[in-house]
Amino acid sequence: MANVLVFAETRGVALRKVALEATTAARALADATGGGEVHALVAGPPGVGAVAEQLGKHGADVVVVVEHAGLANFNCEVAAASVAARVKGASYRAVLLGFSAQGRDVGPRVAVKLDAPIVADVTAIQAATGDSLIVQHPGYANKVIATLEVKSPLAVLSVRPSAITAQAAERTARVDTMAPAADPAASRVMVKEVVEGGKGKIDLGDAPVIVAGGRGLKAAENFKIVEELAAAFGNAAVGATRAVTDDGWRPHSDQIGQTGRQVSPQLYVAVGISGAIQHLAGMRTSKTIVAINKDKEAPIFKVADYGIVGDVMEVVPALTKAVHEAKAGH
Amino acid sequence: MKIAVCIKRTPDSESRFRIAASSTAIDETGLKFDIDDFASYAVEVALQLNEKQGPGEVVVYAVGPDAVQETLRKAMSMGVDRAVQLKTDSVPYDGLAVAKALAAELAGGGYDLVLFGKHAFDTSSGVVGTATAELLGIACVTAATKLDIANGKGTARRELEGAAETVEFSLPAAVTIDEGIARPRYPSLKGIMAAKKKPLETKPAQLGDVRITVKALQLPPDRPAGRIIGEGAAAVPELIRLLQTEAKVL
Amino acid sequence: MLDFYNIDSLLTEDERAVRDSVRRFVDERVLPIIGKAYVEGRFPKELVPEMAELGVFGANLPEEYGCAGLNNVAYGLIMQELERGDSGVRSFASVQGALAMYPIYAFGSDEQKTKHLPPMAKGEVIGCFGLTEPDYGSNPSGMITMAKEQKDGTWVLNGSKMWITNGSAANIAVVWAKTNGDPSDKSIRGFVVPTNSKGFKAKDQKGKLSLRASDTSELVFQDVELPADAILPKSGGLKSPLMCLTQARYGISWGAIGAAMACFEEAVEYAKNRVMFDRPIGGFQIQQVRIADMLTEIVKAQLVSLHLGRMKDDGTFTPQQVSLAKRNNVSIATDIAREARRLLGANGILAEYSAMRHMANLESVYTYEGTHDVHSLILGQAVTGLNAFK
Repeated sequence: MANVLVFAETRGVALRKVALEATTAARALADATGGGEVHALVAGPPGVGAVAEQLGKHGADVVVVVEHAGLANFNCEVAAASVAARVKGASYRAVLLGFSAQGRDVGPRVAVKLDAPIVADVTAIQAATGDSLIVQHPGYANKVIATLEVKSPLAVLSVRPSAITAQAAERTARVDTMAPAADPAASRVMVKEVVEGGKGKIDLGDAPVIVAGGRGLKAAENFKIVEELAAAFGNAAVGATRAVTDDGWRPHSDQIGQTGRQVSPQLYVAVGISGAIQHLAGMRTSKTIVAINKDKEAPIFKVADYGIVGDVMEVVPALTKAVHEAKAGH
Repeated sequence: MKIAVCIKRTPDSESRFRIAASSTAIDETGLKFDIDDFASYAVEVALQLNEKQGPGEVVVYAVGPDAVQETLRKAMSMGVDRAVQLKTDSVPYDGLAVAKALAAELAGGGYDLVLFGKHAFDTSSGVVGTATAELLGIACVTAATKLDIANGKGTARRELEGAAETVEFSLPAAVTIDEGIARPRYPSLKGIMAAKKKPLETKPAQLGDVRITVKALQLPPDRPAGRIIGEGAAAVPELIRLLQTEAKVL
Repeated sequence: MLDFYNIDSLLTEDERAVRDSVRRFVDERVLPIIGKAYVEGRFPKELVPEMAELGVFGANLPEEYGCAGLNNVAYGLIMQELERGDSGVRSFASVQGALAMYPIYAFGSDEQKTKHLPPMAKGEVIGCFGLTEPDYGSNPSGMITMAKEQKDGTWVLNGSKMWITNGSAANIAVVWAKTNGDPSDKSIRGFVVPTNSKGFKAKDQKGKLSLRASDTSELVFQDVELPADAILPKSGGLKSPLMCLTQARYGISWGAIGAAMACFEEAVEYAKNRVMFDRPIGGFQIQQVRIADMLTEIVKAQLVSLHLGRMKDDGTFTPQQVSLAKRNNVSIATDIAREARRLLGANGILAEYSAMRHMANLESVYTYEGTHDVHSLILGQAVTGLNAFK
């Protein structure tokens, strides 16, 4: 029987979706190792403790609440120190957290403080026996799946967002309060400003997501729906077909295709693009391709993992709205 | 400023990968290895910082077998002053073990800044930079898309999910570098020749305990033929579900 | 880039590093703009500062003149990569390095070298090479351009040159002329001629259907007065310009491989993706034969040039061996470009693809720096000992 600790990340006083996913993974791990408890630690401004109810519904037996006025913004050093302090004062089999912007920061620090091995970006915990954990972790930009064995009585695992679906495991969590294990004001790194939805222009070659538009948009001014969808993703760049750049709707530098840029983002969304061979040459190595086009015979649908037949002016704004919601973690 | 950049040698991300007969490693036949993309951004950032701020030193470190010497020289051909190889037969998947080797070497090096790539293409974990910073007891900022150093303080921008934050930090510090911050320069032909004459030191890597091992590597299932999932805006919820659960890109 | 014979394993780390750096430059800077420049009939001179920064000009000349001091294999790989972009871009670098900088390096005084080579390496001074004349192409010994020495040691130059790459963009021209009325080719000497000299005129040749992304000019010298130190002191006889051509031809043998590689890669990519009769055309036997032939010829050409480069570095290569490489590699590249264009079907005639551009370019490369036929005669003479020129 072994307990599992979750670092449940929040933004402000709101829980993030990945926190529930990590809690679900922790519940499964605790159950698999003989029915231990799941403890979840939250660190935030006063009021953040209210998330205990939600965590309880997803399987947390105890919620450790670290509230402090100095934690209005995420503070990595306080979070890591508090998690480590909690682990040192008790007995845990593993620390779970999300492989998110916060988790990337907190996980390795906790691992160092506890001298525990860490596997990041875990997509599945497959087995737990004695000191051994078997986990899955995609490497090589998702082109290779690694099965890893972690041999240690205590391990840190960060789980890939959306890899594990949060599940209800109803219970009422007991609440423990704890003072921050480090002084928030003494942090070496201080958040000065958080800009919601903010993102500088990303180069097409660097962008994990590309939203590209073609002649199917009908007019230059309609390109704004492409920009809005890109903005919703947050990490997206805007591209275009040659027809569009030739017509001057977009600058030449946005052109993707035989004579333009050759890209392979994680996600390529083709909006009103028929899929001429010249265009496909520039984007067919994209990991996931989504196509939205009126003509169901368009060649783009032959390469699209997910195609939607329809009017781009109707489908794209709906998609933009849905992406915003998904990103916000609802 | 005195800046250290920790780099990794990884295969070209555009390659088609095969699994070696051992099933615990990739088949390296025909693969082209080079400095990892994120590490090359970190090298570029270091060079630009010192070009802007006047004289200093940029030193690159890599953990690995002798093949990493070529990668270290590549960084020197871009303009890095000298290189250190922390020699080991293979680089373990255990990021904490690697961080211990780097921290043991970097401690006492007098660096104002230690830069890393956000993560390496092969292990895709992003552990080493943060863990090294923690071992060194210095400030750490991960996945910076902007970095400025002035008056002994640093400012960085990092992208969060659907948001971005600006952070201030004290020096010395470690920063892991995200894409989009700087396009790495072409090593000039003179730079390539000059790199041969720059110092490259080899020391044994003081890896920590390796507690994570590869049991198996597999290729993900083949890409399915294109499919149409629905018509009109009504198909959007299904698309979102697939992007989240199947493609895992959202 | 397919390396079917693992020829990379025959290259040193530096050679690969040089190749990779120039390859990235070509991919990122040349390929996106070259199709348009070609159609517009314009040499993309905006690339010159970047090429200089990279260090491609005279890259095999010594570091003391601001050059990279590379070996000849690395130099060849640079030419290969540049011509993978476009023969015109490679020609610019060939002319600047092998035909303008090299003669100054090989036949110039210390003062001339120190004065001219560093700014040429930096791309601040552009050079051209004036040997061919309107009526004397394959037969340069018949040239009629003449330089006359004056009593004070200065020179007066009269004549004209044709098919001069970089002619109108150049700041200096290395002009080959007979001297002091002597019609023998033994009197040929080289002169460094500033293009702003009085009586010097350069006029672009219009209406080219090949090498459109390159300036080709006619040079006219009418009583051009040159200072005493314009002459390259160590030049003497036709063999001096021929030595330059050997340098340039060596680079061309590599360059042609680059053009062939570009066409091959484009053809393979297209064949795998172009669907006709419900399957990729690469699955049809006729295209597979094309692709197999292209691949085979490219591998052979790579091995020829690589070994030639090793011999050049050892100082053991002969001009006849260079003739073989230039003749073979340009010829196979020309054929590969045409086959690639055909494989691409109607798309193959568009400037959006590179095959037809390379195909048209390579007709010039086939013809310049010793035509294919002239190299046949050189090889014939080398084997039989019999001169078929006259």
